[in-house]
Amino acid sequence: MAEETKSIEIKKETPLAEEKTERIRERRVYLPRTDIYETRDDLVLVMDLPGVDEKNVDIMLEKNVLTIKAYPTFERPENYTLAYAEYGEGDFERSFALSDEIDREHIEARVKNGTLYLRLPKAGAAKPTKIAVKAG
Amino acid sequence: MIYRRYTMPSIWEEMNRMQREMERLMQAFLPETGRVSTVFPAINAWTNDEAEIVTVEVPGVDPKDLDISVVNDVLTISGERKPEDPKDDIRYHRRERVCGKFSRSIQLAFPVNADKVTASYENGILKIVLPRAEADKPRKITVKSA
Repeated sequence: MAEETKSIEIKKETPLAEEKTERIRERRVYLPRTDIYETRDDLVLVMDLPGVDEKNVDIMLEKNVLTIKAYPTFERPENYTLAYAEYGEGDFERSFALSDEIDREHIEARVKNGTLYLRLPKAGAAKPTKIAVKAG
Repeated sequence: MIYRRYTMPSIWEEMNRMQREMERLMQAFLPETGRVSTVFPAINAWTNDEAEIVTVEVPGVDPKDLDISVVNDVLTISGERKPEDPKDDIRYHRRERVCGKFSRSIQLAFPVNADKVTASYENGILKIVLPRAEADKPRKITVKSA
C-alpha cells in the first residue's frame, strides 16, 4: 500500500524539473483536507480522500518530503444531467515537509471509508525520553 | 437550511459552475485555510425525468452513523463523523477536518416515492437514488385528430 523511496540522492535539477512538469491527465487537482497530529510515539496524518480506495492512492517519502497523490473514481450517472454541484471531479495531491526523524521501516498506511490514515513512527532520536532524576 | 434550486438558462448554469470552480481553486491555493469554510458534507445532484441521484462526500463517516430521511421533496442527511484516535494525549499540528454531528437538507427537483429510495456507500461517497413520485411524472398527451 505505502510506497516509499528511501534516501535517494536528489540531483540538482530534479526539484526544478518537477515544478515545470505538467500532468498528463487533464483533471483538476484539489488539496485534500488533512489533520496532522502527534502522539507520544507517532506522527499521524488523517486525510479526506472521498472516492479513493487503497488501489488508487500513491504515497511517497523522499528525503523528508511526504507526497500523497490520489486518483478517485468519479461516477457520472448515465442519462442524468448534473443539476447541482458542490464538489468537483478531480485528483488529490498534497505534500508535507516532515521535520521529525521518521522510522521509515515501520510506516503504516490504510484507507477506510475514503479516509487515508498514515502512521509515521518517530525514530529513536526524536522520541521523547524520560530522564530519571536521582536524589543526591 | 434548505437549498432551493432554480431552473436557470444554461448560460447562468455554466457561469455558476465556473464561479464554484473558481472558489474551489481559490481555496486550493490557500492551503492555510484548507477548505475548512465550505459546508460539510458537499452534495452533488443529478436528475432526469424519472429520478434524482444525490451523491454526498462523507469521508471518514461510518455508514452505520448515517441517517437519511425524505419528506415530500426535501432530503435530509445527518450523521456523525468520529475522530480516528479518540485519545486525549494527542497534539494537533493541523486540524482541517471537522468531526462531530452534521445535518443538511436539500430540496429535490420533484416529489419522490419515499418507499423506493435506495442508498449505497462506497469509499466515503454516499449515493442516494430517489425515484420520482408516480403522480408527478410527466405524461405524454396524444392529440387526437377530429
